[in-house]
Amino acid sequence: MENPILITENLKAYYGNHLVLKDINLEIPRLNITAIMGPSGCGKTTLLRCFNRLHELSPGGRIEGQIWLGDTDILSLDPIMVRRRIGMVFQRPNPFPTMSIYDNVIAGYKLNGMKLSRVEADEIVERALRGAALWDEVKDILHRRGTFLSGGQQQRLCIARALAMNPEVILLDEPTSALDPKATAHIEELLISLKSRVTIIIVTHNIGQAGRIADYTAFLYLGELVEFGPTERLFTAPKDRRTEEYLSGKFG
Amino acid sequence: MKQLSDTLFNAVVRSCAIGTLILVSGLCVTLVIHAMPVFRHSGLSFLFTSTWDPLRQQFGALPFLVGTVITAVLGVLISLPFSLSIAFFLGEYFPSGKLSIFFQSATDLLAGIPSVIYGFWGLFVVAPFMQKIEIRLGIMPYGVGIATASIILAIMIVPYTASIAREIIKLVPSDLKEAAYALGATRWEVVRHVVIPYAHSGILAGILLALGRAIGETMAVTMVIGNRNEFPKSIFDPANTMASVIANEFAEASDDIYLSALIAVALLLFLFTTVMNMFGRFVIKKLTVRQES
Repeated sequence: MENPILITENLKAYYGNHLVLKDINLEIPRLNITAIMGPSGCGKTTLLRCFNRLHELSPGGRIEGQIWLGDTDILSLDPIMVRRRIGMVFQRPNPFPTMSIYDNVIAGYKLNGMKLSRVEADEIVERALRGAALWDEVKDILHRRGTFLSGGQQQRLCIARALAMNPEVILLDEPTSALDPKATAHIEELLISLKSRVTIIIVTHNIGQAGRIADYTAFLYLGELVEFGPTERLFTAPKDRRTEEYLSGKFG
Repeated sequence: MKQLSDTLFNAVVRSCAIGTLILVSGLCVTLVIHAMPVFRHSGLSFLFTSTWDPLRQQFGALPFLVGTVITAVLGVLISLPFSLSIAFFLGEYFPSGKLSIFFQSATDLLAGIPSVIYGFWGLFVVAPFMQKIEIRLGIMPYGVGIATASIILAIMIVPYTASIAREIIKLVPSDLKEAAYALGATRWEVVRHVVIPYAHSGILAGILLALGRAIGETMAVTMVIGNRNEFPKSIFDPANTMASVIANEFAEASDDIYLSALIAVALLLFLFTTVMNMFGRFVIKKLTVRQES
């Protein structure tokens, strides 16, 4: 593959002594959408949480192997520096309930104690909210609490919060599983429009979603990377019998 | 059959609830009735003068009011750094595991120690220690007094603030904390910008509960406060709180007006804690983070 942005080498992840990811070797292509799919408990969320080292915050969470971002192994970096370069959006929309919409967008700067001038902050907020296709809906209520928004709007606010830090990669952990079909479609469109400026990795339970938006798809089963390739090829001509069975709904 | 038991249960629950209400209002009415003579005798000077001389039938309760407020507030202020540290330590940094359970039961144990034991300890350990400090400072070395009482109170109320604040801190949704971590926040930044803003009303509730405890605490305070019915001039002076003056003088209140004066102090204490409680509830309601979704 030419010019991948993230490369994992023999990546293993543990909870205590329990091995949940077995030697994952994966190359995530730059400025594309990559879907990670698989049945519950296959380790797809854990894999995603390895990329920004959130896995290490879980009790007993441990990572072995290498994850290359450019030419640095992110496992040798300070996790805080990694998380500024790789943003994340969670399963349940989680804007900070104590902050306004405006403050939620620049929360990354505030939390890290980075000082912004008023003009800079305004600019970042507008750019991030426009990026997340939320600007027109909230531009008049920027100083109200984010928790008054609908679920779909809250999730787009969370995407704006991640975008505001200008990350190289955004990780999304089943970002639409708590949303209705209309809000889901809106987020899917948004992700497609974002891939020209940021690499997107999305964990999904939903085969249809992977098919609709992902350029590449990885199929994980019982902590193993079964198959990885362009979505179209993987969906139409899976090489592994387990992939085929999963896609045809025999398990999962 | 089912309906009958339902009706019966309903009646029992109702009458118990109403019974509680009657008890509290009865208590209040009794206090008011028995406090009336002293108010008739001294009028509002009961509240605003500071001479308490039962022999000359002069009853000014201001020193006790002031003594109560100073000891309780000082006690809470002294306890805060400790109780909040314990709460964050057990709620955020070590919410589970053997170490956590050990510390948790140790703090909870503090709440179970009878207050007379705190009083004894204060009298025999803290008071002599305060005496040494007072000698160093070149002031009258009473040993007992407001400062000693506040220190004892501080220790007594640590478990209240600590356990409530701990539970509130534990309730902060982990996905909010993770959202902050995912933006590159350090642990301290997560505590400062996510945990504290989310939990502050609950933490305040714990502090107010502790303040209520401190205001009403009787035995331990009576033993170490020095029982002097004068307006305190410094925090090292002996004084009296509303609770301690009642405990100390009730048995020797020989005439009706003296007794009535003590009951009026009790009424004051009752109103004081009630208002504190209501204020606390109001503050918590105002500050609670609304989470709609």
